[in-house]
Amino acid sequence: MPAIKSLEELKRVREEALAKKQMKAASGNIQVIVAMGTCGIAAGARDTMKSVLNYIETENLSGVAVTQTGCIGMCEQEPILQVVIGDQAKVTYGKVNAKVAVQIMKQHVQGGLPLKDHVLPI
Amino acid sequence: MREIALHLMDIAENSVAAESRNIHMDVLEDLQADLLKVSVVDDGRGMSEETAKRVLDPFYTTRTTRKVGLGIPLLKLAAEQSQGGLTLESESGKGTRVEAMFQHSHIDRMPLGDVGTTFLTLLVSYPHIHWIFMYQLKDKQGVLNEFVLDDEEIKSALGDVSLTEPDVLRFLRGMIEEGITALTPQTEF
Repeated sequence: MPAIKSLEELKRVREEALAKKQMKAASGNIQVIVAMGTCGIAAGARDTMKSVLNYIETENLSGVAVTQTGCIGMCEQEPILQVVIGDQAKVTYGKVNAKVAVQIMKQHVQGGLPLKDHVLPI
Repeated sequence: MREIALHLMDIAENSVAAESRNIHMDVLEDLQADLLKVSVVDDGRGMSEETAKRVLDPFYTTRTTRKVGLGIPLLKLAAEQSQGGLTLESESGKGTRVEAMFQHSHIDRMPLGDVGTTFLTLLVSYPHIHWIFMYQLKDKQGVLNEFVLDDEEIKSALGDVSLTEPDVLRFLRGMIEEGITALTPQTEF
């Protein structure tokens, strides 16, 4: 059974990731948070999350922490995604499908410019 | 909700909210017995007997049970619509176990959906939780194949490297996809 297909391989992956991380250390911490309450999941939040993870993989985007939160009381705006860059204020986006998630990753997380169309006024 | 895998994710969110340290998520497709069984077992704060009864019924969901809300009744309904059911056992301070059963071949059974993505997203978003995922497939002859992912070894091998580093994500996704694909024949349609 391939439960742990190869810990050796994982250790090599770790070394490489560490090396890349050191190069990028200056960029500051980035956090992407996807709301995963029952409302969020029903509205497609897992696809949003999957899209964020795929983007990190394909763009080799290091230093982004992806986490989840529960229902934040705006169920009609789900899927909701939040971006926190360094000590800047948290930006909350609504109706973030897989496609919008890619735009946010590109323009905001990588480019530093919030995507005005989807920002929720909170 | 369109997939059982999404329900699993939703139930696991309750376990996370209940401050669990260890969460087991099991999926069993038993073609011999024509059953599909999924469960989430946690060691979170649990519920009193009274609360545990209430969360099964959407009409009793008051503010005190709001962290659970509609999730469990929705899964219960989905299970009952395909000759199955849902059981919930909980003990205050010990943890909670939610199990849903479905008749595998039932025409109204919700598709199982993308179990791998559910595993992966939970694993990387809650790194402080010890996850054990299991996916078992028993064929009509009774031969059991399984994929088990216990994240303990992975986390100790990674040390301080985040699970959402691109190389690590690629590794984890590959491992989960390969593990689940190896259980074929695929039974979804």
